[in-house]
Amino acid sequence: MEKFTTLTGVAAPMPLVNIDTDMIIPKQFLKTIQRSGLGKNLFDEMRYTQAGEEIAEFVLNQPAYRHAQILVAGDNFGCGSSREHAPWALLDFGIRCVISTSFADIFFNNCFKNGILPVVLPQEAVDHLMDDARKGANARITVDLESQTVTASDGKTFKFEVDAFKKHCLMNGLDDIGLTLEKASAIDSYEAKNATLRPWA
Amino acid sequence: MTAPRTLYDKIWDDHVVHQAEDGTCLLYIDRHLVHEVTSPQAFEGLRMTGRKVRAPEKTIAVPDHNVPTTLDRANAATMTEDSRIQVAALDKNAKDFGINYYPVSDVRQCIVHIVGPEQGWTLPGMTVVCGDSHTATHGAFGALAHGIGTSEVEHVLATQTLIQRKGKNMKVEITGSLRPGVTAKDITLSVIGATGTAGGTGYVIEYCGQAIRELSMEGRMTVCNMAIEGGARAGLIAPDEKTFAYCMGRPHAPKGAKWEAALAYWKTLYTDEGAHFDKVVTIRGEDIAPVVTWGTSPEDVLPITGTVPAPESFTGGKVDAAKRSLDYMGLQPGQKLTDIAIDTVFIGSCTNGRIEDLRAAAAILKGKKIKVKRAMVVPGSGLVRAQAEEEGLAQIFLDAGFEWRLAGCSMCLAMNPDQLAPGERCAATSNRNFEGRQGRGGRTHLMSPAMAAAAAITGHLTDVRELMGETV
Ligand code: SF4
Repeated sequence: MEKFTTLTGVAAPMPLVNIDTDMIIPKQFLKTIQRSGLGKNLFDEMRYTQAGEEIAEFVLNQPAYRHAQILVAGDNFGCGSSREHAPWALLDFGIRCVISTSFADIFFNNCFKNGILPVVLPQEAVDHLMDDARKGANARITVDLESQTVTASDGKTFKFEVDAFKKHCLMNGLDDIGLTLEKASAIDSYEAKNATLRPWA
Repeated sequence: MTAPRTLYDKIWDDHVVHQAEDGTCLLYIDRHLVHEVTSPQAFEGLRMTGRKVRAPEKTIAVPDHNVPTTLDRANAATMTEDSRIQVAALDKNAKDFGINYYPVSDVRQCIVHIVGPEQGWTLPGMTVVCGDSHTATHGAFGALAHGIGTSEVEHVLATQTLIQRKGKNMKVEITGSLRPGVTAKDITLSVIGATGTAGGTGYVIEYCGQAIRELSMEGRMTVCNMAIEGGARAGLIAPDEKTFAYCMGRPHAPKGAKWEAALAYWKTLYTDEGAHFDKVVTIRGEDIAPVVTWGTSPEDVLPITGTVPAPESFTGGKVDAAKRSLDYMGLQPGQKLTDIAIDTVFIGSCTNGRIEDLRAAAAILKGKKIKVKRAMVVPGSGLVRAQAEEEGLAQIFLDAGFEWRLAGCSMCLAMNPDQLAPGERCAATSNRNFEGRQGRGGRTHLMSPAMAAAAAITGHLTDVRELMGETV
């Protein structure tokens, strides 16, 4: 997994609330057995006509946002299915950070496993950054995981919370499975104890 | 004396393998369900790192999302190339890693959330995960069950644990009894309507109250299934005699002395008097009407007697979202819900694809003909299908003009060929009405099986209670 430390880039505004994982990556693209290559189908049904032509008004099709690395989104971003294809598609497109007032739980977790930082901020902060994002390439936003801050183009800084363990893994690009396997003896003893306590399980 | 604990607290405590100072836990997983869409990359990850499945005997796989549900599905030509590759990958992974497997050709093949309860894999007090958000279904047994992403699937395969932080406790109490014509689906949709799709974020919901106790196990599965639509990671219901009776004798349920030991443990699985809930929602069972969704979020719920709302009646970001929904759904504010004409009816999914769901729909359809363009029943499992045939339900559906399909997810997410055309309007018993969920441009109204059956025979959204006088 790629590390995440700081990021300065263009943010695309997506004020719609309840952007669900079916919007982020529709099911016809879930048939892949790989993780890569989904970026071209990110937001597919909002981004292209049925005939496959780009819809000019869609934010990521506008020249200013074609290389956006940050999304500023409406409440409850990523609701719906558990498909990790959603963060894979965002990452493959180049998005490394999503900012919203809230995220759906499974999506939120999936982001951390893929080097994407989901940032939760209060409504006023998200509104401020949304205005910034609307200014296009003129307004670059800086996200600093170490200091847990987002800085708008006018220098206004917002502090965000992040789970210490998740932060550590993201900043160091650590593989969870490797970390857990270091605790193999704890798993062994749990299983041994369980075999007597709950043998049916 | 230990402090009073909730059911969630108890299950959690019994599964902590390791707790770090910051509260991050390693949680032991008792059952891991796997399907073809969210697992290939996880198995690939194991291969690349030379890791094995730690507990293959606790891992159960079944293909369901992609598989065709037409009777000719044994013919490989019914599947697209990429679907075929995905199902073949699961076949191979199940074999290579030695996990329990129900291939498409097996009569027990079904939707992944049906196999656990049906085969007795899911039992009270367990932790159950699956790379699928509707894993919450298994919470009906008093199990802690939730969806995970593919990286977590790989993590569970390799370690039989999950890195988790504990969620908060939320209680949803449904008091009193339901009125005739009102079902578990109406409960679960009404709860989401009341709390919103983010209302449960960060919580594990315990559903309780008389109306929940009065539900059958299947009804309870329907309620828990949609906990995720309310934003909650998991929903659960304390096990009781109905739960134990349901589990007894299932192929993978314990037998003999093990059963007795299990039962003694299961009886301790309830929320202690005085345990703390961080949030409480109470709804009177008598107040719940048959409901339908009008928009493109599961929170867009109204009693069938209602009218399409005006976007201005909402606040904040929801105003624009409602405008977008109405535009997508092709509806006008003020329109009576019962005036909305339906093209297609879909009965099935892990929410409502069990035998009682089919019975409820068949009771309405008996002796009637459909007035919609097409209607299909997709049983949740091969065994449900067989039972419905034995009970004569299949014939009722066929006589009414329904297609009678094989088991799978089908038009719940339209990954297989069962899809809506743009603008096609569907009365569906599934769980998501998102834009494009059932096919690009397709318009979905969620409801109970009885309500879907009612729409099938009238050709428009219908209050099933009006038809029940004749059928009950
Ligand atoms: S029936 Fe629908 S919700 Fe259930 S597992 Fe299949 S696709 Fe998911």
